[in-house]
Amino acid sequence: MFGSLMNFEDNPFDDFRRIQQDFDQWFGGWPWPTSIRSAARGTYPPVNVGTTPEHIDVYMFAAGLDPKTLDISLHQNLLTVAGERPASGENDAGYYRKERFAGNFRRSLTLPEDADPDQVNARYTDGVLHIQIKRREAARPRQITVN
Amino acid sequence: MATRTDVSTRKSNQTQTQERTAEPTPLRPPVDIFEDSDGITLLADLPGVSKDRLSMQVDHDTLMIQGDVQIDMPEGMAAMYADVRSTRYRRSFALSKELATDDIEASIKDGVLQVRIPKRMEARPRKIEVQPY
Repeated sequence: MFGSLMNFEDNPFDDFRRIQQDFDQWFGGWPWPTSIRSAARGTYPPVNVGTTPEHIDVYMFAAGLDPKTLDISLHQNLLTVAGERPASGENDAGYYRKERFAGNFRRSLTLPEDADPDQVNARYTDGVLHIQIKRREAARPRQITVN
Repeated sequence: MATRTDVSTRKSNQTQTQERTAEPTPLRPPVDIFEDSDGITLLADLPGVSKDRLSMQVDHDTLMIQGDVQIDMPEGMAAMYADVRSTRYRRSFALSKELATDDIEASIKDGVLQVRIPKRMEARPRKIEVQPY
């Protein structure tokens, strides 16, 4: 009933909780120094990184990109993804919200030392860029048999 | 007395953890919303959501958008770093009466959802032609 009056949907308690979480994260649970190349939370695009004994998997949640315009490079173990996301809609349209990211972006990640720059595979599906990097043989865990 | 307090706090902590593991807080997708004379366009970023895993509902005058992330992950993968900590997006919007909720059209491409909500015919601005005398 009051839907049209509630033009500001943010709950003040949400902000409160977020501040508390950030506080815990930076001061409570993070006593060691952060990487010099680390980015603040909320940097575009959001990234998840996972590892298996064979691969390092990087997932970038970047919807609505043209994969041909992406610049992906792996220098030693530093992965950099750069690109541009065009702005939506027409310039003269009346905007109520403009929360989606638009413009140039660049995100760098320091991967584990054993990342092999020669064996990289990248795919873009449903707005997720999946970069799979093979790990070097020597670094993989090996089964040792007892004679 | 002290023991009793301990037990009760532990209990409430346990319930909290259980709730959290049951369903993590859904992600709130960023949106662009703009209006022209014929209707409203909404764009939402839902990376990882395919057409089959997207659900949109209009209940009375509430538009609810929900999507589940599906990404191929190898077996036995260990998380090293995660910005995205939920696999579900959810967000809802209250629509107003002059919008034609039956004629909403939506499409999703590369994780970008585009929703077009037209205005009812009678709510659109009309140009009045001046007849020659």
